[in-house]
Amino acid sequence: MRVALLVTHIRAEEKLILAAFNKREISPDIILDRELNIEITQGAGQLAPSGIAWREYDLIFERCVSTSRGMYALAILNSWGVQTFNTYETAAACSDKLRTSVALMKHNIPQPHTRVAFTPESAMQAIEDVKYPAVLKPVTGSWGRLLARVHNRDSAEAILEHRQTLGDYNHHTYYVQEYVDKPGRDIRAFVVGDRTIAAIYRESNHWITNTARGGLATNCLVTDALDDICVRAAQAVGGGILAVDLLEDAGGDFVVNEINHTMEFRNSSKPTGVDIAQEVIDFVIGQIGVVA
Amino acid sequence: MSSGSPLCPECEGEVDIPSDAMENELVSCPECGTELEIMNLDPMELELAPEVEEDWGE
Repeated sequence: MRVALLVTHIRAEEKLILAAFNKREISPDIILDRELNIEITQGAGQLAPSGIAWREYDLIFERCVSTSRGMYALAILNSWGVQTFNTYETAAACSDKLRTSVALMKHNIPQPHTRVAFTPESAMQAIEDVKYPAVLKPVTGSWGRLLARVHNRDSAEAILEHRQTLGDYNHHTYYVQEYVDKPGRDIRAFVVGDRTIAAIYRESNHWITNTARGGLATNCLVTDALDDICVRAAQAVGGGILAVDLLEDAGGDFVVNEINHTMEFRNSSKPTGVDIAQEVIDFVIGQIGVVA
Repeated sequence: MSSGSPLCPECEGEVDIPSDAMENELVSCPECGTELEIMNLDPMELELAPEVEEDWGE
């Protein structure tokens, strides 16, 4: 069986994934997204940078840190019939918070109250509609970048003016959410297919709890209720291998905050005791019909 | 420098390379903290890792 890992570069997660493949006696080719140069109409018979025709691969596992490179590569590969994890459909739904919100809404998955506006004036109204404090997020982006908790009209005006003046058009889509007064933590749950294999609390004194921003990871018990909402959320965006981020609201109920399609997990296997990379790879292998 | 460790292209500090290092793996300089990419294993060649772009993430 022939597998390739499509990457921007090799991080801790990719090394864990390669080791998990190796444990099943599979040695994936590494394909760098910086080396892609694809003739779209030529199809999967053309050679990948590895020197192997794309159609020869049983699976391309997309692990690009560059969201746009990964997503467009998936769009092309899936259109040629090349099997990938995740799919373009899933990546497209997850890479844009607004599209994620729409998918969650269509499947009746609880999420924070969310509004969208396209001008500073209507965005101001949206912020006041959700009430202060409100959260303003870029629709694309990760690692907690450029999130703003807005406490009053003065800060709202300043942030909106900065976004409108300094940001490109992506920043002119104003995605506004209620601030969920969570208990100093959020939850990241790892969904593989139709199972939530592990979850962590991400604790922080800062309202942004991403581990990339210093949030501390501890084990979170995967209850039936947590598993249910996570699996439904994952399926809402097309399913696959996903990290579902949730908040606990004042009543202790879960709301889905976002879903990540190229999840980082280097800090999560130790506190959960789950070999996340191996779970992922064994699932992937099973999906392409090879018994591990 | 006598240990044979490669030097950071930013600060010329010695960079520890893991025994299972791979080409295109990211490593950090322990002296200046700069993120580096292993461009070649033999001979060892380090370059500054690309700057984080706006669409980078999970």
